[in-house]
Amino acid sequence: MSTSTEQLERFLKREYVAGFETPIEADTLPKGLSEDIIRAISAKKGEPDWLLEWRLQAYRQWLKMTPPTWAHIHHPPIDFQDIVYYAAPKKKADGPKSLDEVDPELLRTYEKLGVPLHERARLAGVAVDAVFDSVSVATTFKEQLAAHGIIFCSFSEAVREHPELVRQYLGTVVPPGDNFYAALNSAVFSDGSFVYVPKGVKCPMELSTYFRINARDTGQFERTLIIADEGAQVSYLEGCTAPMRDENQLHAAVVELVALEGAKIKYSTVQNWYPGDENGVGGIYNFVTKRGECRGARSHISWTQVETGSAITWKYPSVILRGDESIGEFYSVALTNHYQQADTGTKMIHMGRNTRSTIISKGISAGHGSNTYRGMVRVTPKAVGARNYTQCDSLLIGDKCAAHTFPVIEARHPSAHIEHEATTSRIGEDQLFYAMQRGLSAEDAVSMIVSGFCKEVFKELPMEFAVEAQNLLGVSLEGSVG
Amino acid sequence: MSAVQGWVDTFRAEAQRLPGAKLPWLAGARARAIERFAALGWPTNKLEKWRHTSLALLAQQEFAVPPVDRVDLAAGALAQLRQGAEAGHWLVFIDGQFAPGLSDIGTLPAGACVDSLAGALAQRPERLEAVYGDAEEGESPAALNLALAGDGAYIELARGVAIEAPIHLVFVGGVSKGTQLVRNFIVADDGAQVTVVEHYIGRDDATSFTNTVTRVRAGRDARVTHLKLQQESAQAFHLAALDAVQARGAYFASHSLAFGARLARNDISSRLEGEGGEALLNGLYHVDGKRHVDHYTRLDHNSPRCTSRELYRGILDGTGRGVFTGRIYVAPGAVKTDAEQRSDSLLLSAGAESDARPELEIYNDDVKCAHGSTVGQIDETGLFYLRSRGLDEQHARNLLVYAFAAEVLARIGERSLRSSAAAAIRARIPGGQLLEALA
Repeated sequence: MSTSTEQLERFLKREYVAGFETPIEADTLPKGLSEDIIRAISAKKGEPDWLLEWRLQAYRQWLKMTPPTWAHIHHPPIDFQDIVYYAAPKKKADGPKSLDEVDPELLRTYEKLGVPLHERARLAGVAVDAVFDSVSVATTFKEQLAAHGIIFCSFSEAVREHPELVRQYLGTVVPPGDNFYAALNSAVFSDGSFVYVPKGVKCPMELSTYFRINARDTGQFERTLIIADEGAQVSYLEGCTAPMRDENQLHAAVVELVALEGAKIKYSTVQNWYPGDENGVGGIYNFVTKRGECRGARSHISWTQVETGSAITWKYPSVILRGDESIGEFYSVALTNHYQQADTGTKMIHMGRNTRSTIISKGISAGHGSNTYRGMVRVTPKAVGARNYTQCDSLLIGDKCAAHTFPVIEARHPSAHIEHEATTSRIGEDQLFYAMQRGLSAEDAVSMIVSGFCKEVFKELPMEFAVEAQNLLGVSLEGSVG
Repeated sequence: MSAVQGWVDTFRAEAQRLPGAKLPWLAGARARAIERFAALGWPTNKLEKWRHTSLALLAQQEFAVPPVDRVDLAAGALAQLRQGAEAGHWLVFIDGQFAPGLSDIGTLPAGACVDSLAGALAQRPERLEAVYGDAEEGESPAALNLALAGDGAYIELARGVAIEAPIHLVFVGGVSKGTQLVRNFIVADDGAQVTVVEHYIGRDDATSFTNTVTRVRAGRDARVTHLKLQQESAQAFHLAALDAVQARGAYFASHSLAFGARLARNDISSRLEGEGGEALLNGLYHVDGKRHVDHYTRLDHNSPRCTSRELYRGILDGTGRGVFTGRIYVAPGAVKTDAEQRSDSLLLSAGAESDARPELEIYNDDVKCAHGSTVGQIDETGLFYLRSRGLDEQHARNLLVYAFAAEVLARIGERSLRSSAAAAIRARIPGGQLLEALA
């Protein structure tokens, strides 16, 4: 086994390919957080008073809160005054009017990352909103989408162009004081994506946002709001990368989804923030609040995530099933290697009648990685006929890693049907031996077994992402096979 | 006296009168324990371990350590329990005090000691010092127990000694506003074998408070089986901890049958400290009315090649609430661990609630661990089948409820225990008497 282990280790020690930094001039605010900083962010973005007030209220709430300690993660305390809360690529007075005006340096960055930002995008058929540090730099395919009445733009633009929609929905799924990191985000969020799909419209293409942290010492606090009006459908993809640095950078995003009657939202994430090096130095602290609300009857929200990056992932994309016969889904692959820590899972809150939810979670732990599934299924006293199926499986690679499962199941209606299953196992020597005697190399055998393990989740991803996810898993897996 | 300060005051007044008060190690441990209890107070559901069970209600109650003699009640209850049960070893405690007049320890093999804790503290304090427990162990109610418990059972078996018949410990509480603080010890040396049954019996209407700790030490290849039957009033408060430590190759089984109380909480744990140990945690609870029962179980796989099996089932009726937490911990280096856990609950009425937390915490890749948890109701097709066979709906339902419970009962290896557990269940579920014929 030892030769194959060595091969594997070599294979697994491949580098983080998105780890470059783009030399671009940035317009940043000084480090630290205060009401003045929040006023400055708001002023830079030319926000209306109500939004500034909303931010300040969130900030005042945040001041009274303490960071949550219940997650199975360990990190030195974060100094929230040592972070730059706003960094924007310097640009001409009014920002780019079209793609041609976007800084070519930026475009090259996204090209390097494989984001089909330019006209190539047409081939990929994906509309992209790209967020660089704190601001959204370009949104493609806007006109085609506008023809269907779909609004897809940066959050700041939505505040300017569609204030009534933003005001109606902002903070209705994740209230400003929801938790410590959501409150922080509500106070300082800089940009993000906004999507509104009008009644009865099926969005003709996948929408996508690419997030990148570039500048040093900055945190990224994006805010995404997606609204699918009655009978609307949309599929949204999100990808993330960051340069390699020795220090830890904070990412605290909030994503809110609202599905009205008969609407369907599919939200897919491939998270590949810089995970730190093999000794656990550096990497992104990813503290994210994602929640969707099935507000109308027969609405459907589906989360799919592939989490391979970040030094720490703290993230629980959830669904509130308020509408009758609404459906919530959560498909997740989380991989931790080296000293990465992931504490991730979901909450399914059943409130309407005959609601259904499915949770499939696959955790892979290698090296000194620690991978925790934390989830909750709650059936409230009025949720007649609620059903849930949960499966969380853990795969351990090596004897230094850890895998944990902490679900909570609360049933308060006698018609509730809940099933939860979890298993923990490793890649067996017999499985490897079998694959290798059929002519596969050790790394191919591991890849094959791992992707088989994740298959149920990958099949939920849109095609472009499924390929990327497979590749990422290959790159990120650097551990021993016993 | 249930407010924290009340207990601290009681400790000041009573500490000198408790059995073993003259033993310096014990006096020290008790003093540290009350300090810890005073510092922690009653757990509230802000604590992760107590998320679904708050003792806030308990803190509002007033309890006294009662001087009343309840021999009649106890004698009656005992006669009922012993009906049909074979001779064995019976120890009766009234309000937490050993009642020698009602007890019948019977004949014991050489090398076996069965005594009250107060007796053992007087006779063999040096044996107790090693197993008595530390103020830092367990939750805050366990610290209160250490500080104030003065009696309980002490069972010790020398190497290779086996006691065939079960040892029954009967705790009769149920004086209104009464308190019983009980501390039991089961110490089995290498290769010893013993079966212990703890019955907790109360009166129907009494608001009483029981706080009990049982400590089990199973030596190499020892076999210890523990069955607990908790049958107290709907107004009672019952806090219990069962802690086992298993040496190499030891077998420990815990069967917990709980019928709830105003608030009942069982902390059950076993630490597998030697290779090849085997643990079985089995539980069945039935709550109706406003009863609440919480089982918090924890298995620590600290050694290689240990096996554990866990099955908990709950039947929830009325506005009863059943809570189950099952944590399986696998230490680094505990290779070839094989752990399986299952918890199921059956919801019979609107207003009933089931909360389950099956947890795995694993630091090692060479393991086989799985858990499953379900919440559901009576199977309609099963019901249809039985009705097509001529059973009326009510009987068909009762039969299916009993069948759900029977799977847990089937895991009780000792026949006599299994039948007394089954009888207790049948006495509890509606129409149970009619199921007698099936037993």
